Amino acid sequence: MAEESHDRKPLLSKKIDKFFTGLADAWNFVRRFFQEVFLPPYEFKEVIHQCYRIGVESLPLISLTGFIVGIVFTNQSRPSLSEFGATSWLPSLISIAVVRAMGPLVTALIAAGKVGSSIGAEIGSMKVTEQIDAMEVSATNPFKFLVVTRVLATTFMIPILVLYTDFVALIGSFINVNANELVSLSTFFVQVFESITFLDITSSILKSLVFGFTIGVVGCYKGYHSSKGTEGVGRAANSAVVISMFLIFIEELLSLQIVNAIRAM
Amino acid sequence: MREKVVEIRGLEKSFGDLDVLKGVDLDLYRGENLVVLGKSGSGKSVLIKIMVGLLKQDAGTMNVLGQEVSTLSPKELNKLRLKIGFSFQNSALYDSMTVRENLEFPLVRNVKNLTRGEINKRIEELLDSVGLPQSINQMPSELSGGQKKRIGVARTLILKPEIMLYDEPTAGLDPITCMDINNLILEVRERYKTSSIVITHDLACAKVTGDRMAVLLDGQFKAMGTFEEVFSHAEDQRVKSFYDYNFIES
Repeated sequence: MAEESHDRKPLLSKKIDKFFTGLADAWNFVRRFFQEVFLPPYEFKEVIHQCYRIGVESLPLISLTGFIVGIVFTNQSRPSLSEFGATSWLPSLISIAVVRAMGPLVTALIAAGKVGSSIGAEIGSMKVTEQIDAMEVSATNPFKFLVVTRVLATTFMIPILVLYTDFVALIGSFINVNANELVSLSTFFVQVFESITFLDITSSILKSLVFGFTIGVVGCYKGYHSSKGTEGVGRAANSAVVISMFLIFIEELLSLQIVNAIRAM
Repeated sequence: MREKVVEIRGLEKSFGDLDVLKGVDLDLYRGENLVVLGKSGSGKSVLIKIMVGLLKQDAGTMNVLGQEVSTLSPKELNKLRLKIGFSFQNSALYDSMTVRENLEFPLVRNVKNLTRGEINKRIEELLDSVGLPQSINQMPSELSGGQKKRIGVARTLILKPEIMLYDEPTAGLDPITCMDINNLILEVRERYKTSSIVITHDLACAKVTGDRMAVLLDGQFKAMGTFEEVFSHAEDQRVKSFYDYNFIES
Protein backbone atom coordinates (compact mmCIF):
# COMPACT_ATOMS: atom_id res chain seq x y z
CA MET A 1 0.00 0.00 0.00
CA ALA A 2 2.73 2.36 1.04
CA GLU A 3 4.54 1.64 -2.18
CA GLU A 4 1.37 2.35 -4.17
CA SER A 5 0.85 5.78 -2.66
CA HIS A 6 4.56 6.50 -3.12
CA ASP A 7 4.12 5.74 -6.83
CA ARG A 8 1.01 7.90 -7.21
CA LYS A 9 2.31 11.07 -5.60
CA PRO A 10 4.97 12.04 -8.13
CA LEU A 11 2.58 11.13 -10.98
CA LEU A 12 -0.03 13.52 -9.64
CA SER A 13 2.45 16.31 -8.96
CA LYS A 14 3.97 15.80 -12.41
CA LYS A 15 0.55 16.28 -13.98
CA ILE A 16 -0.15 19.38 -11.91
CA ASP A 17 3.29 20.69 -12.76
CA LYS A 18 2.67 20.04 -16.47
CA PHE A 19 -0.73 21.76 -16.28
CA PHE A 20 0.66 24.94 -14.72
CA THR A 21 3.70 24.97 -17.02
CA GLY A 22 1.32 24.67 -19.97
CA LEU A 23 -0.79 27.51 -18.59
CA ALA A 24 2.27 29.74 -18.20
CA ASP A 25 3.41 28.84 -21.74
CA ALA A 26 -0.02 29.70 -23.13
CA TRP A 27 -0.02 33.01 -21.25
CA ASN A 28 3.43 33.87 -22.66
CA PHE A 29 2.18 32.94 -26.13
CA VAL A 30 -0.79 35.32 -25.85
CA ARG A 31 1.45 38.04 -24.39
CA ARG A 32 3.90 37.62 -27.28
CA PHE A 33 1.00 37.98 -29.73
CA PHE A 34 0.05 41.35 -28.24
CA GLN A 35 3.69 42.46 -28.27
CA GLU A 36 4.27 41.46 -31.90
CA VAL A 37 0.96 42.55 -33.39
CA PHE A 38 1.83 46.25 -33.09
CA LEU A 39 5.47 45.97 -34.20
CA PRO A 40 6.58 46.20 -37.85
CA PRO A 41 6.99 44.54 -40.28
CA TYR A 42 3.24 44.07 -40.85
CA GLU A 43 2.27 41.05 -42.94
CA PHE A 44 -0.87 42.59 -44.51
CA LYS A 45 -0.76 40.34 -47.57
CA GLU A 46 -0.66 37.20 -45.44
CA VAL A 47 -3.48 38.48 -43.17
CA ILE A 48 -5.68 39.02 -46.24
CA HIS A 49 -4.74 35.58 -47.58
CA GLN A 50 -5.66 33.98 -44.26
CA CYS A 51 -8.94 35.98 -44.06
CA TYR A 52 -9.83 34.62 -47.49
CA ARG A 53 -8.99 31.05 -46.47
CA ILE A 54 -10.85 31.24 -43.18
CA GLY A 55 -13.82 33.23 -44.44
CA VAL A 56 -14.53 32.12 -47.98
CA GLU A 57 -13.56 28.49 -47.54
CA SER A 58 -15.83 28.15 -44.50
CA LEU A 59 -18.86 29.62 -46.29
CA PRO A 60 -20.40 26.42 -47.73
CA LEU A 61 -20.35 24.60 -44.38
CA ILE A 62 -21.53 27.66 -42.43
CA SER A 63 -24.33 28.31 -44.95
CA LEU A 64 -25.65 24.77 -44.80
CA THR A 65 -25.46 24.57 -41.01
CA GLY A 66 -27.03 28.00 -40.45
CA PHE A 67 -29.87 27.22 -42.84
CA ILE A 68 -30.61 23.86 -41.20
CA VAL A 69 -30.41 25.40 -37.70
CA GLY A 70 -33.02 28.01 -38.74
CA ILE A 71 -35.41 25.42 -40.14
CA VAL A 72 -35.01 22.87 -37.34
CA PHE A 73 -35.21 25.39 -34.49
CA THR A 74 -38.37 26.90 -35.97
CA ASN A 75 -39.91 23.49 -36.39
CA GLN A 76 -39.06 22.40 -32.87
CA SER A 77 -40.36 25.64 -31.31
CA ARG A 78 -43.74 25.61 -33.08
CA PRO A 79 -45.51 22.92 -30.96
CA SER A 80 -44.72 24.70 -27.67
CA LEU A 81 -45.89 28.08 -28.97
CA SER A 82 -49.01 26.65 -30.63
CA GLU A 83 -50.15 25.26 -27.26
CA PHE A 84 -50.59 28.90 -26.18
CA GLY A 85 -51.82 30.00 -29.62
CA ALA A 86 -48.66 32.06 -29.98
CA THR A 87 -47.15 30.81 -33.22
CA SER A 88 -47.15 34.43 -34.43
CA TRP A 89 -44.29 34.97 -32.00
CA LEU A 90 -42.07 32.52 -33.90
CA PRO A 91 -40.08 35.22 -35.78
CA SER A 92 -39.37 37.04 -32.50
CA LEU A 93 -38.37 33.88 -30.67
CA ILE A 94 -36.12 32.65 -33.47
CA SER A 95 -34.44 36.01 -34.06
CA ILE A 96 -33.61 36.44 -30.37
CA ALA A 97 -32.29 32.91 -30.06
CA VAL A 98 -30.28 33.08 -33.29
CA VAL A 99 -28.75 36.53 -32.78
CA ARG A 100 -28.06 36.22 -29.06
CA ALA A 101 -26.76 32.67 -28.83
CA MET A 102 -27.15 30.19 -31.65
CA GLY A 103 -25.54 32.17 -34.46
CA PRO A 104 -22.31 32.96 -32.60
CA LEU A 105 -22.15 29.56 -30.91
CA VAL A 106 -22.83 27.45 -34.00
CA THR A 107 -20.42 29.49 -36.13
CA ALA A 108 -17.67 29.38 -33.51
CA LEU A 109 -18.04 25.63 -32.97
CA ILE A 110 -17.91 24.92 -36.70
CA ALA A 111 -14.93 27.25 -37.12
CA ALA A 112 -13.20 25.58 -34.18
CA GLY A 113 -13.60 22.24 -35.95
CA LYS A 114 -12.72 23.39 -39.43
CA VAL A 115 -10.36 26.34 -39.00
CA GLY A 116 -8.85 25.50 -35.59
CA SER A 117 -7.88 21.98 -36.63
CA SER A 118 -6.47 23.12 -39.95
CA ILE A 119 -4.35 25.83 -38.27
CA GLY A 120 -3.12 23.33 -35.65
CA ALA A 121 -2.24 20.72 -38.27
CA GLU A 122 -0.64 23.17 -40.69
CA ILE A 123 1.62 24.87 -38.15
CA GLY A 124 2.30 21.53 -36.43
CA SER A 125 3.49 19.95 -39.66
CA MET A 126 5.61 23.03 -40.42
CA LYS A 127 7.17 22.62 -37.01
CA VAL A 128 8.04 18.93 -37.38
CA THR A 129 9.40 19.36 -40.91
CA GLU A 130 11.65 22.22 -39.74
CA GLN A 131 9.89 24.80 -41.95
CA ILE A 132 9.55 27.11 -38.94
CA ASP A 133 13.28 26.78 -38.26
CA ALA A 134 13.95 27.49 -41.94
CA MET A 135 11.94 30.71 -41.65
CA GLU A 136 13.83 31.70 -38.54
CA VAL A 137 17.28 31.14 -40.06
CA SER A 138 16.31 33.21 -43.07
CA ALA A 139 15.81 36.13 -40.66
CA THR A 140 12.01 36.04 -40.87
CA ASN A 141 10.00 36.08 -37.66
CA PRO A 142 7.87 32.90 -37.92
CA PHE A 143 5.68 33.96 -35.01
CA LYS A 144 4.69 37.11 -36.84
CA PHE A 145 4.22 35.42 -40.21
CA LEU A 146 2.36 32.33 -38.99
CA VAL A 147 0.75 33.15 -35.66
CA VAL A 148 -0.06 36.87 -35.70
CA THR A 149 -1.58 36.71 -39.19
CA ARG A 150 -3.78 33.70 -38.43
CA VAL A 151 -5.00 35.03 -35.07
CA LEU A 152 -5.88 38.38 -36.66
CA ALA A 153 -7.67 36.61 -39.50
CA THR A 154 -9.81 34.45 -37.20
CA THR A 155 -10.56 37.43 -34.95
CA PHE A 156 -11.77 39.53 -37.90
CA MET A 157 -13.53 36.80 -39.84
CA ILE A 158 -15.57 35.00 -37.16
CA PRO A 159 -17.80 38.06 -36.44
CA ILE A 160 -18.44 38.45 -40.18
CA LEU A 161 -19.27 34.75 -40.45
CA VAL A 162 -21.57 35.08 -37.42
CA LEU A 163 -23.58 37.89 -39.06
CA TYR A 164 -23.79 35.76 -42.20
CA THR A 165 -24.94 32.70 -40.20
CA ASP A 166 -27.59 34.82 -38.45
CA PHE A 167 -28.91 35.93 -41.82
CA VAL A 168 -28.93 32.42 -43.34
CA ALA A 169 -30.57 30.92 -40.22
CA LEU A 170 -33.30 33.58 -40.37
CA ILE A 171 -33.87 32.81 -44.05
CA GLY A 172 -34.22 29.11 -43.14
CA SER A 173 -36.63 30.06 -40.39
CA PHE A 174 -38.63 32.30 -42.75
CA ILE A 175 -39.05 29.48 -45.28
CA ASN A 176 -40.45 27.25 -42.54
CA VAL A 177 -42.72 29.98 -41.12
CA ASN A 178 -43.88 31.00 -44.58
CA ALA A 179 -44.77 27.42 -45.48
CA ASN A 180 -46.76 26.83 -42.28
CA GLU A 181 -48.12 30.22 -41.18
CA LEU A 182 -48.15 31.97 -44.58
CA VAL A 183 -46.23 34.94 -43.19
CA SER A 184 -44.72 37.27 -45.81
CA LEU A 185 -41.01 38.11 -45.97
CA SER A 186 -41.53 41.75 -44.95
CA THR A 187 -43.80 40.84 -42.00
CA PHE A 188 -41.27 38.23 -40.85
CA PHE A 189 -38.32 40.60 -40.95
CA VAL A 190 -40.24 43.51 -39.40
CA GLN A 191 -40.96 41.23 -36.43
CA VAL A 192 -37.32 40.07 -36.39
CA PHE A 193 -35.90 43.61 -36.25
CA GLU A 194 -38.48 44.72 -33.67
CA SER A 195 -37.34 41.93 -31.35
CA ILE A 196 -33.58 42.34 -31.45
CA THR A 197 -31.90 45.26 -29.74
CA PHE A 198 -28.65 47.13 -30.25
CA LEU A 199 -27.24 45.33 -27.21
CA ASP A 200 -28.06 41.95 -28.79
CA ILE A 201 -26.09 42.77 -31.91
CA THR A 202 -23.10 44.42 -30.22
CA SER A 203 -22.78 41.68 -27.61
CA SER A 204 -23.02 39.07 -30.37
CA ILE A 205 -20.25 40.75 -32.37
CA LEU A 206 -18.05 41.31 -29.32
CA LYS A 207 -18.26 37.72 -28.17
CA SER A 208 -17.63 36.56 -31.74
CA LEU A 209 -14.39 38.55 -31.68
CA VAL A 210 -13.42 36.69 -28.51
CA PHE A 211 -14.41 33.34 -30.04
CA GLY A 212 -12.34 34.10 -33.15
CA PHE A 213 -9.35 35.12 -31.08
CA THR A 214 -9.67 31.93 -29.03
CA ILE A 215 -9.84 29.69 -32.12
CA GLY A 216 -6.80 31.38 -33.66
CA VAL A 217 -4.67 31.41 -30.52
CA VAL A 218 -5.46 27.82 -29.49
CA GLY A 219 -4.86 26.46 -33.03
CA CYS A 220 -1.58 28.34 -33.39
CA TYR A 221 -0.40 27.50 -29.87
CA LYS A 222 -1.06 23.80 -30.28
CA GLY A 223 0.61 23.71 -33.70
CA TYR A 224 3.59 25.80 -32.60
CA HIS A 225 4.19 23.54 -29.60
CA SER A 226 3.47 20.22 -31.26
CA SER A 227 5.95 17.50 -30.44
CA LYS A 228 8.05 15.83 -33.07
CA GLY A 229 6.50 13.41 -35.51
CA THR A 230 3.25 12.94 -37.36
CA GLU A 231 1.52 11.74 -34.20
CA GLY A 232 2.26 15.13 -32.67
CA VAL A 233 0.64 16.89 -35.64
CA GLY A 234 -2.55 14.82 -35.26
CA ARG A 235 -2.58 15.48 -31.56
CA ALA A 236 -2.10 19.22 -32.12
CA ALA A 237 -5.04 19.36 -34.52
CA ASN A 238 -7.24 17.33 -32.22
CA SER A 239 -6.46 19.25 -29.04
CA ALA A 240 -6.85 22.57 -30.90
CA VAL A 241 -10.48 21.62 -31.59
CA VAL A 242 -11.25 20.20 -28.14
CA ILE A 243 -9.70 23.08 -26.18
CA SER A 244 -11.22 25.75 -28.46
CA MET A 245 -14.70 24.26 -28.06
CA PHE A 246 -14.32 24.00 -24.30
CA LEU A 247 -13.18 27.63 -24.04
CA ILE A 248 -15.94 28.82 -26.37
CA PHE A 249 -18.60 27.31 -24.07
CA ILE A 250 -17.01 28.95 -21.02
CA GLU A 251 -16.81 32.29 -22.84
CA GLU A 252 -20.45 31.95 -23.91
CA LEU A 253 -21.45 31.39 -20.30
CA LEU A 254 -19.43 34.39 -19.11
CA SER A 255 -20.77 36.67 -21.84
CA LEU A 256 -24.32 35.62 -20.95
CA GLN A 257 -23.74 36.69 -17.34
CA ILE A 258 -22.22 40.01 -18.41
CA VAL A 259 -25.01 40.83 -20.89
CA ASN A 260 -27.68 39.88 -18.34
CA ALA A 261 -26.05 42.17 -15.80
CA ILE A 262 -26.01 45.02 -18.34
CA ARG A 263 -29.64 44.36 -19.23
CA ALA A 264 -30.63 44.45 -15.55
CA MET A 265 -29.03 47.88 -15.06
CA MET B 1 47.49 33.27 -41.92
CA ARG B 2 44.05 32.01 -42.90
CA GLU B 3 41.05 33.93 -41.65
CA LYS B 4 38.78 32.11 -39.21
CA VAL B 5 35.09 32.56 -39.95
CA VAL B 6 33.90 30.29 -37.14
CA GLU B 7 35.68 29.73 -33.84
CA ILE B 8 34.15 27.38 -31.28
CA ARG B 9 35.69 26.91 -27.85
CA GLY B 10 34.58 24.62 -25.02
CA LEU B 11 31.03 24.31 -26.35
CA GLU B 12 28.69 22.34 -24.11
CA LYS B 13 25.05 21.44 -24.62
CA SER B 14 22.79 19.00 -22.85
CA PHE B 15 19.12 18.08 -23.09
CA GLY B 16 17.88 17.10 -19.65
CA ASP B 17 20.28 14.47 -18.36
CA LEU B 18 21.76 13.80 -21.78
CA ASP B 19 25.08 15.58 -22.40
CA VAL B 20 25.34 15.97 -26.16
CA LEU B 21 28.31 18.30 -26.57
CA LYS B 22 31.02 18.14 -23.94
CA GLY B 23 33.52 20.91 -24.57
CA VAL B 24 33.80 21.06 -28.35
CA ASP B 25 36.57 23.12 -30.01
CA LEU B 26 36.44 23.82 -33.74
CA ASP B 27 37.67 26.35 -36.32
CA LEU B 28 36.33 26.96 -39.81
CA TYR B 29 38.58 28.92 -42.17
CA ARG B 30 37.43 31.16 -45.01
CA GLY B 31 36.90 29.24 -48.20
CA GLU B 32 37.23 25.76 -46.73
CA ASN B 33 34.75 22.90 -46.61
CA LEU B 34 34.80 21.22 -43.21
CA VAL B 35 32.98 17.93 -42.82
CA VAL B 36 31.66 16.95 -39.39
CA LEU B 37 31.20 13.20 -39.14
CA GLY B 38 29.53 11.32 -36.35
CA LYS B 39 26.92 8.75 -35.39
CA SER B 40 23.23 9.62 -35.42
CA GLY B 41 22.41 11.51 -32.24
CA SER B 42 26.02 12.51 -31.64
CA GLY B 43 25.18 16.22 -31.66
CA LYS B 44 26.31 17.19 -35.16
CA SER B 45 23.09 19.01 -36.02
CA VAL B 46 22.98 20.56 -32.55
CA LEU B 47 26.36 22.14 -33.28
CA ILE B 48 25.20 23.96 -36.41
CA LYS B 49 21.84 24.87 -34.86
CA ILE B 50 23.73 26.68 -32.09
CA MET B 51 25.68 28.45 -34.84
CA VAL B 52 22.51 30.07 -36.25
CA GLY B 53 20.92 30.69 -32.87
CA LEU B 54 18.20 28.04 -33.14
CA LEU B 55 19.59 26.50 -29.95
CA LYS B 56 21.59 28.05 -27.12
CA GLN B 57 24.72 26.51 -25.66
CA ASP B 58 25.01 25.79 -21.93
CA ALA B 59 28.68 26.79 -21.82
CA GLY B 60 31.52 27.79 -24.13
CA THR B 61 31.76 30.28 -26.97
CA MET B 62 30.50 30.24 -30.56
CA ASN B 63 32.11 33.00 -32.54
CA VAL B 64 30.77 33.40 -36.08
CA LEU B 65 32.19 36.07 -38.42
CA GLY B 66 33.64 37.87 -35.41
CA GLN B 67 30.42 37.87 -33.37
CA GLU B 68 29.59 35.80 -30.29
CA VAL B 69 26.23 34.27 -31.22
CA SER B 70 24.87 33.83 -27.67
CA THR B 71 25.26 37.53 -26.81
CA LEU B 72 23.55 38.94 -29.90
CA SER B 73 20.22 40.77 -29.72
CA PRO B 74 17.43 39.34 -31.92
CA LYS B 75 18.08 42.10 -34.49
CA GLU B 76 21.83 41.44 -34.56
CA LEU B 77 21.22 37.71 -34.76
CA ASN B 78 18.97 38.20 -37.79
CA LYS B 79 21.69 40.29 -39.46
CA LEU B 80 24.18 37.50 -38.85
CA ARG B 81 21.73 34.88 -40.11
CA LEU B 82 21.63 36.64 -43.47
CA LYS B 83 25.30 35.73 -43.86
CA ILE B 84 24.69 32.06 -43.06
CA GLY B 85 22.88 29.65 -45.36
CA PHE B 86 21.32 26.62 -43.67
CA SER B 87 20.39 23.65 -45.82
CA PHE B 88 18.11 21.40 -43.77
CA GLN B 89 18.19 17.60 -43.71
CA ASN B 90 14.67 17.32 -45.14
CA SER B 91 15.04 20.49 -47.22
CA ALA B 92 12.31 22.23 -45.16
CA LEU B 93 10.71 23.78 -48.24
CA TYR B 94 7.50 25.67 -47.46
CA ASP B 95 5.00 23.16 -48.78
CA SER B 96 2.18 25.64 -49.30
CA MET B 97 4.34 27.69 -51.69
CA THR B 98 5.67 27.05 -55.19
CA VAL B 99 9.42 26.83 -55.85
CA ARG B 100 9.40 30.47 -57.01
CA GLU B 101 7.62 31.59 -53.82
CA ASN B 102 10.03 29.53 -51.69
CA LEU B 103 12.99 31.35 -53.21
CA GLU B 104 11.26 34.71 -53.12
CA PHE B 105 10.28 34.43 -49.46
CA PRO B 106 13.64 35.25 -47.80
CA LEU B 107 14.59 37.68 -50.56
CA VAL B 108 11.62 40.05 -50.43
CA ARG B 109 11.70 40.11 -46.64
CA ASN B 110 15.37 40.91 -46.30
CA VAL B 111 16.42 42.87 -49.39
CA LYS B 112 14.50 46.09 -49.86
CA ASN B 113 13.82 48.05 -53.05
CA LEU B 114 14.15 45.14 -55.45
CA THR B 115 12.08 45.38 -58.62
CA ARG B 116 10.02 42.42 -59.84
CA GLY B 117 12.50 42.04 -62.70
CA GLU B 118 15.49 41.87 -60.36
CA ILE B 119 13.75 39.29 -58.15
CA ASN B 120 12.85 37.14 -61.16
CA LYS B 121 16.38 37.42 -62.54
CA ARG B 122 17.96 36.29 -59.29
CA ILE B 123 15.54 33.38 -58.92
CA GLU B 124 16.13 32.21 -62.49
CA GLU B 125 19.92 32.48 -62.10
CA LEU B 126 19.84 30.36 -58.96
CA LEU B 127 17.54 27.75 -60.43
CA ASP B 128 19.90 27.54 -63.40
CA SER B 129 22.88 27.10 -61.09
CA VAL B 130 21.21 24.19 -59.27
CA GLY B 131 20.07 22.73 -62.60
CA LEU B 132 16.31 23.05 -62.05
CA PRO B 133 15.04 26.00 -64.12
CA GLN B 134 11.99 24.01 -65.22
CA SER B 135 10.75 23.54 -61.62
CA ILE B 136 10.00 27.21 -60.98
CA ASN B 137 6.22 26.82 -60.78
CA GLN B 138 6.13 23.36 -59.18
CA MET B 139 5.02 22.65 -55.64
CA PRO B 140 7.53 20.95 -53.30
CA SER B 141 5.30 17.84 -53.20
CA GLU B 142 5.91 17.40 -56.95
CA LEU B 143 9.70 17.26 -56.53
CA SER B 144 11.97 14.27 -55.86
CA GLY B 145 14.21 14.12 -52.78
CA GLY B 146 17.27 15.26 -54.74
CA GLN B 147 15.38 18.10 -56.39
CA LYS B 148 14.11 19.26 -53.01
CA LYS B 149 17.69 19.35 -51.69
CA ARG B 150 18.78 21.43 -54.67
CA ILE B 151 15.92 23.89 -54.25
CA GLY B 152 16.67 24.04 -50.50
CA VAL B 153 20.28 24.97 -51.32
CA ALA B 154 19.10 27.54 -53.90
CA ARG B 155 16.82 29.12 -51.30
CA THR B 156 19.71 29.58 -48.89
CA LEU B 157 21.95 30.97 -51.65
CA ILE B 158 19.48 33.67 -52.64
CA LEU B 159 20.73 35.87 -49.79
CA LYS B 160 24.38 35.36 -50.89
CA PRO B 161 25.65 33.87 -47.61
CA GLU B 162 29.31 33.74 -46.60
CA ILE B 163 28.93 30.48 -44.70
CA MET B 164 26.93 27.42 -45.80
CA LEU B 165 25.76 24.80 -43.34
CA TYR B 166 24.62 21.51 -44.86
CA ASP B 167 22.74 19.19 -42.52
CA GLU B 168 22.98 15.63 -43.88
CA PRO B 169 22.87 16.72 -47.54
CA THR B 170 22.89 13.19 -48.94
CA ALA B 171 20.65 11.46 -46.38
CA GLY B 172 18.01 9.26 -48.00
CA LEU B 173 19.25 9.77 -51.56
CA ASP B 174 20.39 7.20 -54.13
CA PRO B 175 24.15 7.07 -54.96
CA ILE B 176 23.83 8.94 -58.27
CA THR B 177 21.81 11.78 -56.72
CA CYS B 178 24.32 11.82 -53.84
CA MET B 179 27.09 12.43 -56.37
CA ASP B 180 25.07 15.27 -57.89
CA ILE B 181 24.59 16.86 -54.46
CA ASN B 182 28.31 16.46 -53.65
CA ASN B 183 29.18 18.23 -56.91
CA LEU B 184 26.66 20.93 -56.10
CA ILE B 185 28.36 21.56 -52.73
CA LEU B 186 31.70 21.97 -54.51
CA GLU B 187 30.14 24.19 -57.19
CA VAL B 188 28.55 26.41 -54.55
CA ARG B 189 31.95 26.97 -52.95
CA GLU B 190 33.58 27.80 -56.27
CA ARG B 191 30.84 30.06 -57.57
CA TYR B 192 29.73 31.83 -54.38
CA LYS B 193 33.06 31.73 -52.47
CA THR B 194 31.46 30.27 -49.37
CA SER B 195 32.98 28.51 -46.39
CA SER B 196 30.97 25.41 -45.46
CA ILE B 197 30.30 22.94 -42.72
CA VAL B 198 28.88 19.67 -44.01
CA ILE B 199 27.23 17.45 -41.42
CA THR B 200 27.09 13.85 -42.57
CA HIS B 201 27.77 10.23 -41.81
CA ASP B 202 28.30 9.45 -45.48
CA LEU B 203 32.06 9.04 -45.98
CA ALA B 204 31.81 9.22 -49.77
CA CYS B 205 30.22 12.67 -49.41
CA ALA B 206 32.88 13.60 -46.84
CA LYS B 207 35.75 12.48 -49.07
CA VAL B 208 34.48 14.36 -52.14
CA THR B 209 33.36 17.60 -50.50
CA GLY B 210 35.63 18.04 -47.47
CA ASP B 211 39.00 19.74 -47.17
CA ARG B 212 39.12 18.69 -43.52
CA MET B 213 37.15 16.16 -41.45
CA ALA B 214 36.22 16.27 -37.79
CA VAL B 215 34.80 13.16 -36.15
CA LEU B 216 32.36 13.84 -33.31
CA LEU B 217 32.04 11.00 -30.82
CA ASP B 218 30.81 11.09 -27.22
CA GLY B 219 30.30 14.83 -27.44
CA GLN B 220 33.87 15.63 -28.44
CA PHE B 221 35.98 15.65 -31.59
CA LYS B 222 38.04 12.47 -31.51
CA ALA B 223 39.88 13.03 -34.79
CA MET B 224 40.51 16.01 -37.05
CA GLY B 225 42.48 16.54 -40.25
CA THR B 226 42.34 15.64 -43.92
CA PHE B 227 40.52 12.48 -44.96
CA GLU B 228 43.77 10.51 -45.11
CA GLU B 229 45.04 11.87 -41.78
CA VAL B 230 41.80 10.93 -40.01
CA PHE B 231 41.27 7.47 -41.44
CA SER B 232 44.78 6.18 -42.33
CA HIS B 233 46.02 6.31 -38.79
CA ALA B 234 42.77 6.09 -36.86
CA GLU B 235 43.44 4.88 -33.34
CA ASP B 236 39.86 5.01 -32.10
CA GLN B 237 38.08 1.79 -33.10
CA ARG B 238 34.83 3.67 -33.74
CA VAL B 239 36.54 6.01 -36.21
CA LYS B 240 37.99 2.97 -37.96
CA SER B 241 34.65 1.22 -38.08
CA PHE B 242 33.16 4.32 -39.66
CA TYR B 243 35.59 3.88 -42.55
CA ASP B 244 35.19 0.10 -42.73
CA TYR B 245 31.40 0.28 -42.89
CA ASN B 246 31.28 3.02 -45.52
CA PHE B 247 33.87 1.45 -47.81
CA ILE B 248 32.74 -2.13 -47.14
CA GLU B 249 36.00 -3.39 -45.69
CA SER B 250 35.93 -6.16 -43.16
